[in-house]
Amino acid sequence: MTYLYNIGTYFLMIKEMFRKPTKWSVMKTLIFKDIDDLIFGSLGIVAFISFFVGGVVTIQTALNIDNPLIPKYLVGFATRQSVVLEFAPTFISIIMAGKVGSFITSSIGTMRVTEQIDALEVMGINAINYLVFPKFIAMMLYPFVISIAMFLGILGGMAACIYGGFSTLEDYITGVQMDFNTFHITYAFVKTFVFAFLLATIPSYYGYFMKGGALEVGKASTTSFVWTSVMIILLNYLLTQLMLS
Amino acid sequence: MIEVKDLHKSFGEAHILKGISTVFEKGKTSLVIGQSGSGKTVFLKCLLGLFHPEKGTISYDGKIYANLSDDEKRDLRAEMGMVFQGSALFDSMTIAENVMFPLRMFTKQSKSEMQDRVDFVLNRVNLFEAHNKMPSEASGGMQKRVAIARAIVNNPKYLFCDEPNSGLDPKTAIVIDNLIQEITDEYNITTIINSHDMNSVMEIGEKIVFLKDGHKAWEGSNQTIFKTDNEAVTDFVYSSELFKKVRQMYLEERQ
Ligand SMILES: Nc1ncnc2c1ncn2[C@@H]1O[C@H](COP(=O)(O)OP(=O)(O)O)[C@@H](O)[C@H]1O
Ligand SMILES: [Mg+2]
Repeated sequence: MTYLYNIGTYFLMIKEMFRKPTKWSVMKTLIFKDIDDLIFGSLGIVAFISFFVGGVVTIQTALNIDNPLIPKYLVGFATRQSVVLEFAPTFISIIMAGKVGSFITSSIGTMRVTEQIDALEVMGINAINYLVFPKFIAMMLYPFVISIAMFLGILGGMAACIYGGFSTLEDYITGVQMDFNTFHITYAFVKTFVFAFLLATIPSYYGYFMKGGALEVGKASTTSFVWTSVMIILLNYLLTQLMLS
Repeated sequence: MIEVKDLHKSFGEAHILKGISTVFEKGKTSLVIGQSGSGKTVFLKCLLGLFHPEKGTISYDGKIYANLSDDEKRDLRAEMGMVFQGSALFDSMTIAENVMFPLRMFTKQSKSEMQDRVDFVLNRVNLFEAHNKMPSEASGGMQKRVAIARAIVNNPKYLFCDEPNSGLDPKTAIVIDNLIQEITDEYNITTIINSHDMNSVMEIGEKIVFLKDGHKAWEGSNQTIFKTDNEAVTDFVYSSELFKKVRQMYLEERQ
């Protein structure tokens, strides 16, 4: 029952997010602030993780296909496929569920427990639009973050490949460029948009509807991380089934 | 003037407000007092339209809230100011931005008009140099003043304050109480203050509504509160040793 209730409330929140919009002059500053917090604020960690995980993917692939019959350029190919298809869109989104998600839940939750949300509502402001909509818009730039993750993942793989002596730069690049399928890019970015939506709205839901005090803000952040990741994994499965098979 | 008739509010099974009727007059500071948990905050949030009562009516200068259209409700909301118990300042904005916020949202004033108005209300609550501080850098008393400034910046007709002096030292508390009363007087506002503080009662209690377990147990003023025989009220008033002693002395003197 509580699951149904939560899901219902979540969709009502989504609907409410588009109703009675906040004055544009105010909304504009909120959007820029959220772009700064959610997008630019995440670039550092995303770059760091992408580069090194890309490297690890390459090393492991190279070590696992230690067979003279398999051409060396497959290392680059395999790295590109795993980075573009799964690692950048999905793995990074799970990391973002922790970073961006808990930030959103705790900042909205704190506004709830300190009655700042009540203060907005008293003024006749649609608090859901005021708080969630700018995050939703800011997260529309999330594909930009994921593109960087893809690029750096492949770059990290290249660095690892050359430093580790697994194959030559030419082989790696040949592999990266091999059998390029644009539909894979479409698939990756459809996923990215869906995850961006989840990353903006699920944590907002857990922050907005929380009850209690400071301790509960912490708990809500954890719950929000768990459910955002679960939904990302589930929708990843569904979308993959729908689009690739 | 705000008229409340037979107000009921429940949360699930818990019946919190059990039929409250009273009138709050214009230009007057009215107090709603009672122990923690007696329903003061719920009552105030019903008056603000944040909670929807199951039964009863609230009317603002003759307009019954429940009968208003959404637009009319919004217009009415714009005439209300609220000082929350914990001040509820937006912590991502400076003090001046907090006070300017309702103006930015609801008026078409130019930047300099807004700034003048912000200066005016901040000066009115005796804050002269705090404009660029963040709320977290301000003391509790200062935050309360900012909250009051934000509540009155849009010239409200109705001002609600939830325990405006909780967490303040007695001296600052009285300053805040007096400030609210002066502002009420000056701008002819209908003001309602929630409190459990006897100092407020003595200082500004020209009209007092006493809540107990969601009922209105008594109504009067600071002139009559010390004379009533209502047990719930005397229990509340004389819960502090100081007041007990004062009452004893008074009774002895009378004999
Ligand atoms: N949103 C809510 N949901 C459920 N119960 C609530 C809610 N708000 C207040 N209550 C309950 O209503 C009662 C009165 O609370 P309140 O009005 O905050 O008391 P106080 O007089 O201290 O301000 C308390 O028992 C509280 O638990
Ligand atoms: Mg209260």
